[in-house]
Amino acid sequence: MNATRNLASHLLAQAQALDPGHHHMLHPAAPQAGHIEWLYWFTFWILFAVFVLMIAAVTRAGAKNRVVASSPFPITEKDEEGDRRAGWAVGAAIGITVITLFIILVLSVITGKRVEGLTSKNPVTIQITGHQWWWEVTYPNPQADQTVTTANEIHVPVGTPVVVLTNSKDVIHSFWAPNITGKRDLLPGYSSAFWFQIDQPGMYHGQCAEFCGLQHAHMGFSIIAESVDDFQVWKQQQLKAAADPSSSEAIRGREVFLTHACLMCHTIRGTDAGSRLGPDLTHVASRNMIAAETLPNTAGALAGWVIDPQRIKPGTQMSPNPLAPDDLQAVVAYLQSLH
Amino acid sequence: MARAEPIFANDQDTGQSELAQRLARTWRQPKGLWGWLCNTHHTDIGVRFMVTAFVFLVLGGILAAMIRLQLIRPENSLMGPDLYNQVFTMHGSTMIFLFAVPMMFQGFGVYIVPLMCGARNIAFPRLNAFSYYLYVGGALVLWGGFLTNTGPDVGWFAYVPLSGPAYSPGHRADIWSQMITFTEVSALGVAICIATTILRHRAPGMTLNRMPIMLWEKLVISIAVIFAMPAVMVASGLLLLDRLVGTHFFNPAEGGDVLLYQHLFWFFGHPEVYIIFLPGAAIISTLVECFSRRRIVGYTPIVVSVVATGFLGFSVWVHHMFATGLPQLSESFFTAASLMIVIPTGTQFFCWVATIWYGHLQLRLPMLWCFGFFFVFLIGGLSGVMLASVPIDLQVHDTYFVVAHFHYVLIGGALFPMFAGIYFWFPKMTGRMANATLGKWHFWLFFIGFNITFFTLHFLGLRGMPRRVYTYGPDMHWQALNVVASSGVVFMTAGLLVFLANVFRSVRVGEIAGNNPWGDAGLEWSMSSPPRPYNFLHVPTVSGRDPLWEDPPNQPVVVGLRDDIREILVTHSLDADPQHKDEDPGPSIWPFLSAVTVSAAFVGSIFTPWAVPIGAPFVIVTLIGWLWPRGQSPTPRPTGESWLH
Repeated sequence: MNATRNLASHLLAQAQALDPGHHHMLHPAAPQAGHIEWLYWFTFWILFAVFVLMIAAVTRAGAKNRVVASSPFPITEKDEEGDRRAGWAVGAAIGITVITLFIILVLSVITGKRVEGLTSKNPVTIQITGHQWWWEVTYPNPQADQTVTTANEIHVPVGTPVVVLTNSKDVIHSFWAPNITGKRDLLPGYSSAFWFQIDQPGMYHGQCAEFCGLQHAHMGFSIIAESVDDFQVWKQQQLKAAADPSSSEAIRGREVFLTHACLMCHTIRGTDAGSRLGPDLTHVASRNMIAAETLPNTAGALAGWVIDPQRIKPGTQMSPNPLAPDDLQAVVAYLQSLH
Repeated sequence: MARAEPIFANDQDTGQSELAQRLARTWRQPKGLWGWLCNTHHTDIGVRFMVTAFVFLVLGGILAAMIRLQLIRPENSLMGPDLYNQVFTMHGSTMIFLFAVPMMFQGFGVYIVPLMCGARNIAFPRLNAFSYYLYVGGALVLWGGFLTNTGPDVGWFAYVPLSGPAYSPGHRADIWSQMITFTEVSALGVAICIATTILRHRAPGMTLNRMPIMLWEKLVISIAVIFAMPAVMVASGLLLLDRLVGTHFFNPAEGGDVLLYQHLFWFFGHPEVYIIFLPGAAIISTLVECFSRRRIVGYTPIVVSVVATGFLGFSVWVHHMFATGLPQLSESFFTAASLMIVIPTGTQFFCWVATIWYGHLQLRLPMLWCFGFFFVFLIGGLSGVMLASVPIDLQVHDTYFVVAHFHYVLIGGALFPMFAGIYFWFPKMTGRMANATLGKWHFWLFFIGFNITFFTLHFLGLRGMPRRVYTYGPDMHWQALNVVASSGVVFMTAGLLVFLANVFRSVRVGEIAGNNPWGDAGLEWSMSSPPRPYNFLHVPTVSGRDPLWEDPPNQPVVVGLRDDIREILVTHSLDADPQHKDEDPGPSIWPFLSAVTVSAAFVGSIFTPWAVPIGAPFVIVTLIGWLWPRGQSPTPRPTGESWLH
């Protein structure tokens, strides 16, 4: 079941990776982005009309009374009739400007309310914490053993409001999935909340939008919107401790993991590794991508990342791990067993 | 009542008369390198500001070309993140602090304001010279840091905590903070000089309601500078304290506040936009009036708009912070304020169009750049209306849409008027006309290249490309648009090269300009080109808004100013009645030496706080030298005799 689902989401990811629409603010997949898109186009057409009128006026004015550039053309000192008519024209233009701006202001405030107001009382709550340079994703629950912790890949049920609580562990980041809703800064020392709801199942890409240092460019995430049932299945799976590896190579991989630097930063629930500095790897194999959407979650990419992450994301907090080739293979096999 | 050639006392100045020779001797600036460092005349300092700022425009442009080259393909290995972050930080900091403000506000202001006022020099000429050297000091610190791999890499806004001690070890962020101190002290100094010149050294008769719009705008900008710059100096000063002496103003772990920094920074940062744009608007107002061959339509509405812009500019800063999650009510307030600022800007725009409409347009080279401005700035202003709306801003904020927007506003609002202004005042500064054919090539190359590059960036933003990313994945489908955007750089570079060729050629062999080649109305056209060291043979009086167009041929001039010392006239700030005479302090090496000691203290404080107490005595010594009495008896105050002859 899991395998099928993973395969399906891999295929989905492949298909959407080819589609520029999975990261586009004018292809809304959520009512929030839909409202904003409507406001965008409404404002755009108003402003486009203004642009055409103004350019027409400038062109007409420029062409109307052209005189030869080189002649010392006399100055019109007193032109009371012209001044009077110009006064009316300027006044009328200012009046139209004020009315137009007022319309845009009202629609902007109304849209803002529609985007921000929460309409359901039974949301899914997700805590997103920014780190240099990855996203910690937690589904908090009063019972500690019911809390899901993962990284960079956010699963949400479709048609259900999702409340996002934000915070940052280090510098300012900004959470932004253009197809879903506007961005929200993750500020250290401040907690804030916003919400969205996704109606179309699918995978949507997001990226950090506030400059946060060396690897700001490689701080992506994905939102996977799936049916409520699929979401529950995923959540139950994530709640489990890591499965004991079955193949001998993976068992050895776990030994390598627990006897090298890996456990200094990462958690794998069900083992001795419990540090929270880096992403939780308990179910790392269930994710499509690694290193904050930088690499596909394949054996080759994992191996390359573990050996020398600095080559892939220069400046990343993870240090190189010069493992022997068979140790590396074993660790990769172990990580790939963590569904 | 039309007159093409007004008769005006200063028109007749050939430099040969006895008075002219005496004045030339009195106002002479010393020669040689030493003399160059002692020079305090505003035309020389103004040209220096412009030339230096132009050098940084070129350097900043080279950085921009590097950025466009890096983004031309996904996963490009041309630059790593470390260098790229320095490059875009340097590009922004250079363009804002070392080019836009020093060129548009200081350069044009220092050169033109005293000429338009009818003054023989700027007020506080030593402070003015000091400001120039301090600006150069800040520029050398910033670029010296960059060339020794210590260039700031935290963005031109240097948000905490990324720029704080925990996340930016080393001296890169310190260099940024101190560069701010340098350039802001420089801007403050010039703001005081310009505001005082406008308020106290206007020619008799130039009441406030007869001031050229340019002077109104420079006055408003000077006041805006005086209110805005302290905010950023507080921000960068507190940041420096956090970094150097371990305070915790911005450290959330110790109760500091990261949003406080943003409020301080943008309380400066948004007025800064108007500090850059209003000089551009002032140039446009001047040129539109001149080349429409009629008085500008709506002098009063334009002046009111300029003053309103100065005020409103201080009430919109939060629109840079919509994404931080402020309460909706306050966001709505700042949306309304941001939209409101369209009204004064729109008013100016309508008045310009109406002036052309009801005038007789001469489409000469500077006016071509004005039309470029209309097109480019209009697009930038309209996309700004979108950004004022919170929901839209939350989507496009920190994407290439915003990058496109503010390049349309800043290049449209500053660079196009700057080229218009340079071509317009080039004959005044050099005595020769710039070549119009080359100027047109320059315009079309630059205009086309600019629009290719920056219009394309709107689409990249809509497709979700964030700012300040050193690379992007091939699956994001951003390459094609980036290639298009980068190709525009070729045209802009070609345009800039044509401009430089034009300047170097025209300075030597351009057509001799004469006093007033465009037939403009401003006082600066009544004297010889380039101006002599004393500017005006006779300090003029005016009786209207457009002196050279409407003043009668027998317009009186001011007499009674001594020609054996550098005597200047001080007039009333409202109605420009002569009040008393003052003495221009004359050339001096001390402003330069003071700038050197102040710079040394500033640079030293990057490395140790002890540089402040150790540097202070040296600064005090140079200031004592600067203020040392000259041993001459003070000019007697007026005794009620008539000033006008």
